Amino acid sequence: MTSPWLDEARAHVARDPATVARAFARAGRTVGREPRRPDVDPTGVVHGTLDDAARAELVVTLVDAVGAELAAGRLTELYRHGDAAERRGVLRGLDALAARDGLDGLDADSLVSAGVELVQDALRTNDPSLVAAAVGPFGTRYLDQHTWRHAVLKLVFMGVSLDAVAELEDRADAELARMATDFAAERRAAGRPVPPDVDRLLLAAAPAPAASTPHTRSTE
Amino acid sequence: MRILDPHIHMTSRTTDDYEAMYAAGVRAVVEPAFWLGQPRTSVGSFLDYFDSLVGWERFRAAQFGIRHHATIALNPKEANDPRCREVLDEIPRYLLKDGVVAVGEVGYDSMTPAEDEVFAAQLQLAREAELPVLVHTPHRDKLAGTRRSLDVVRESGLPAERVLVDHLNETTVALVRDAGAWAGFSIYPDTKMDERRMVALLRDHGLDRMIVNSAADWGRSDPLKTVRTAHAMLDAGFTADDVDQVLWRNPVELYGQSGSLVLDPVPGFVAGEVPAPAEFEGSSVHRGARV
Repeated sequence: MTSPWLDEARAHVARDPATVARAFARAGRTVGREPRRPDVDPTGVVHGTLDDAARAELVVTLVDAVGAELAAGRLTELYRHGDAAERRGVLRGLDALAARDGLDGLDADSLVSAGVELVQDALRTNDPSLVAAAVGPFGTRYLDQHTWRHAVLKLVFMGVSLDAVAELEDRADAELARMATDFAAERRAAGRPVPPDVDRLLLAAAPAPAASTPHTRSTE
Repeated sequence: MRILDPHIHMTSRTTDDYEAMYAAGVRAVVEPAFWLGQPRTSVGSFLDYFDSLVGWERFRAAQFGIRHHATIALNPKEANDPRCREVLDEIPRYLLKDGVVAVGEVGYDSMTPAEDEVFAAQLQLAREAELPVLVHTPHRDKLAGTRRSLDVVRESGLPAERVLVDHLNETTVALVRDAGAWAGFSIYPDTKMDERRMVALLRDHGLDRMIVNSAADWGRSDPLKTVRTAHAMLDAGFTADDVDQVLWRNPVELYGQSGSLVLDPVPGFVAGEVPAPAEFEGSSVHRGARV
């Protein structure tokens, strides 16, 4: 994203990584809090908000400045000291790092395991925007399969579009399909509507014509 | 009618309250950090409380179309407990947060030396963070407590226009107005101040720098007292613009000095429609069957 404030904040963080805490807190006030894709995501829960995007860039700058090993502690502190929006920003930053493949190099193990802990914390909340931000490229790449399945089902529970999930079709499996089927049965038995995303899950989990094994990288 | 309730403890209220407040015109609230009834015994329980003020409660309010803000401080009552005092070291990072619009509630409860020290220290935090301050005035010995609070504020060097002195009544209003600070009134069912007396004070003292709140909390209180005061003003011959000044523009001007007030509508919120569901493990804000 382009913002003179963000350019300046990133330059500061590159020079003095401690300044990231202040920039993180101020991002919403400076770049705005509107949804990134209001046409398909009016609440900004699924695809994030402008301040999410700015904080993600700050995270990438921070990791580049201090190196992956030290970044683990820094990101944990940013998350633990953050309000809900800042916590989302850390998760979106992890996504940005995972999306550019910056985490498979040397010394990234501590950053990945710290990131997984933060993602698991977000998945325990009842804030849809945090849960949605926990199943982006980072969550999809590094969460174990059991946790990932529960995260996906939680989104369906919360009524959050599965568009939030990175590479849903690649990771969905027969067990997730079973969970979705049971969930639908439970809803019908209660006389309650079944969210349309249940069908999407069943479709995603159906064996592909050329059967491909979903990649499941466990961090356990 | 649009209303900003500048002092309400929503953590203690129900979703019915949020719905009724929105329906009556409340679009934004400020929740000051305060005593929870049950004394806290450690810094950790303050941090969880502050986190909920900038986290869960903000989310809960947004589900009902209301923008939630907070003021953060160690309250005067718990300033007397040495186990709690170390939270002062943690407060500066909260003062940077989006939606944290002041330092508060600070001030006096029993006017002890510990309260003096913590009050003065937090006024300096407000100076450094360039934030307004919400000063609670004591229930007992209110006149002396208000006078002493104004002295401490003056010594701190904080500009008076960044200071709101709250829970005032007929005996304390003039002191605060003469000091150049904002005068706050908590409208309660039958104690601190009521709508009829409030209207009389507005008639006597004018509308500038006058702030009305419900201060609704876990005690006997009413989150619609702001609205009821607005109607009492209209019944007494004040105009709709007068009401807008006292119930919206005044608190916006005061807390707007923080640069952290968020007043644009909640994205995706449609009045009268059930918000996007957020339901899991039985502790969401929406329960039961939805259609």
